[in-house]
Amino acid sequence: MTQVGTADNPLRVAIIGAGPAGFYAAEALFKRKELAVEVDMYDKLPTPFGLVRAGVAPDHLKIKSVTKVFEKAADRPNFRFFGNVELGKDLSVADLRRYYHQIVYTTGAQTDRYLNIPGGDLPGSHAATEFVAWYNGHPEYRDFEFDLSQEHVAVVGIGNVAVDVCRILCRTQEELMETDIAEHAMEALRHSKVKTVTMLGRRGPAQAAFTAPEAKELGEMADCDLIIYPEEAELDPLSQQALAEADRGTVRTVELIQQYARREPAGKSRQLIIRFLVSPTELFAGEDGQVSRLQMVKNELYATEYGTMRPRATDQHEEIPAGLVFRSIGYTGVPLPDVPFNEKWGVILNEEGRVIDPDTGSHRAGEYTAGWIKRGATGVIGTNKPDSVETVDKMMADLAKGVLLQPEKPGVEAVETFIAECQPQYVTFADWRKLDELELAAGAACGRPRLKFSRVEEMLAALGK
Amino acid sequence: MKVNTILSTRRSNVVTIEPDKTLRDVVLLLVQHQIGALVVMDAGGHLQGIISERDVIRAAAVHADPFALKVHEVMTRNVVVGVPQDDIWVVAHTMTERRFRHVPIVDDGKLIGIISIGDIMKVQRDAYQGELDTLEMQLLSDA
Repeated sequence: MTQVGTADNPLRVAIIGAGPAGFYAAEALFKRKELAVEVDMYDKLPTPFGLVRAGVAPDHLKIKSVTKVFEKAADRPNFRFFGNVELGKDLSVADLRRYYHQIVYTTGAQTDRYLNIPGGDLPGSHAATEFVAWYNGHPEYRDFEFDLSQEHVAVVGIGNVAVDVCRILCRTQEELMETDIAEHAMEALRHSKVKTVTMLGRRGPAQAAFTAPEAKELGEMADCDLIIYPEEAELDPLSQQALAEADRGTVRTVELIQQYARREPAGKSRQLIIRFLVSPTELFAGEDGQVSRLQMVKNELYATEYGTMRPRATDQHEEIPAGLVFRSIGYTGVPLPDVPFNEKWGVILNEEGRVIDPDTGSHRAGEYTAGWIKRGATGVIGTNKPDSVETVDKMMADLAKGVLLQPEKPGVEAVETFIAECQPQYVTFADWRKLDELELAAGAACGRPRLKFSRVEEMLAALGK
Repeated sequence: MKVNTILSTRRSNVVTIEPDKTLRDVVLLLVQHQIGALVVMDAGGHLQGIISERDVIRAAAVHADPFALKVHEVMTRNVVVGVPQDDIWVVAHTMTERRFRHVPIVDDGKLIGIISIGDIMKVQRDAYQGELDTLEMQLLSDA
């Protein structure tokens, strides 16, 4: 047999997960000049692009334009998409080993960490990521229900996801028309009775996770006043000192926060209240058993041995009404069947992208990982590019050394036959393009950028499958 | 970004040495593993200090036969350690301010890894590169 990676015997790669990390890995493979490679990308959903479709806020359409780069990779003749095919359900890692020289896991991080306080799992307390997936039309979350008849909502956390959730809850119908929010969410939000949304940050303005443009967006919503308490916008001496050495972005964010704290509310229909230096301590149920109040404790900051500012609880408590609670304290990864996993950090065990066997401590030949499931949920979409490139570098080094899986059936057709057997309703990239056109056309017909399919059956029916 | 972002893509084998070994042993281990520092642990697995290539050079400058010196005579005893939840930029700031290049990472009292200034440079480069790429994309998009 000729050398793997040449025209006669191309390198066969399976990428599991069609999000940014998967596409950046495909792109990095295609950029290798001397390499003949065939990439098959799998996703459990019929639609590609992972969190760009199901995570990025519907009112941030510009961020979604990154899919154009991904489409370029998908247009290559040596790229195939097998959507609606799930690892662990429709096929196994052992199956993949029969068809590919290399496997890359890029399944990302999908769930929210648990809020470990009394009452944390009361009815009416949800993971913010579930709400995000719901309003973005992720089929697995289509039938989730959120009680938007409540007037008071609390969002625990102050990162990107928390900020997105608050914005979507506070936007008007006119504002939402400009977005690609899923129709069922649009409809539910049309009847929303939400009056106040309180976002709880455990640290202070100088440690806020959101950026200045994000803060600005919160302050400029059509029918929602942004409220920040002046006493919480003030910096403690430690934070003041830290700010003196901080980057321009942080300084600008703090300035904005303080500017908003001085602003008089304009009497708009809704209020978004950002609280700093508070941590939830308990959720209480009302008579109906649903969450109705949230108790929090005021924090103070202290500097650790080498300068980290950590929050520490004081003895001052406070209660606010909250009939709906979203906890947004960070995404964490979900283990894949037969793939070594570090439960504590929610990542696949790996060394610079090479999957590690926990029993031997050595690399599992031919198996790799990239993106959030490799390093944890951190960074912007583009951060996955250097991450995927690092993994592909290791894949190429191993290819050169001949450290590969030994597939029995490396042919392009063999896989297709196999997939057609285990999941006859698989979706190709051409199929996705059809869905994409249908969604855009449906959106155009009602003055929206896009109307998403949010049920797998509807997608398959539209494709005649 | 947290320290565990760096440790996630690593094997957790920190190279350690006992305090009564010699600088000759230190140099051999540093070269063998292509690293810049060793964590000093006693037989009971307690963290005693850290010994870096700089410590070796400093010792070589003042001793005629530096290789015979014992690790405990040369090592830095007051080691700043981190935990996986520490913010990477804060750790970077401390390393720059206090002029050291390695921070051992401890979890539940157990040594699980070591972060070098080189690791931080890499994360920083990738973070900036990623942000640049994302911003460029948004600027060029017509959406």
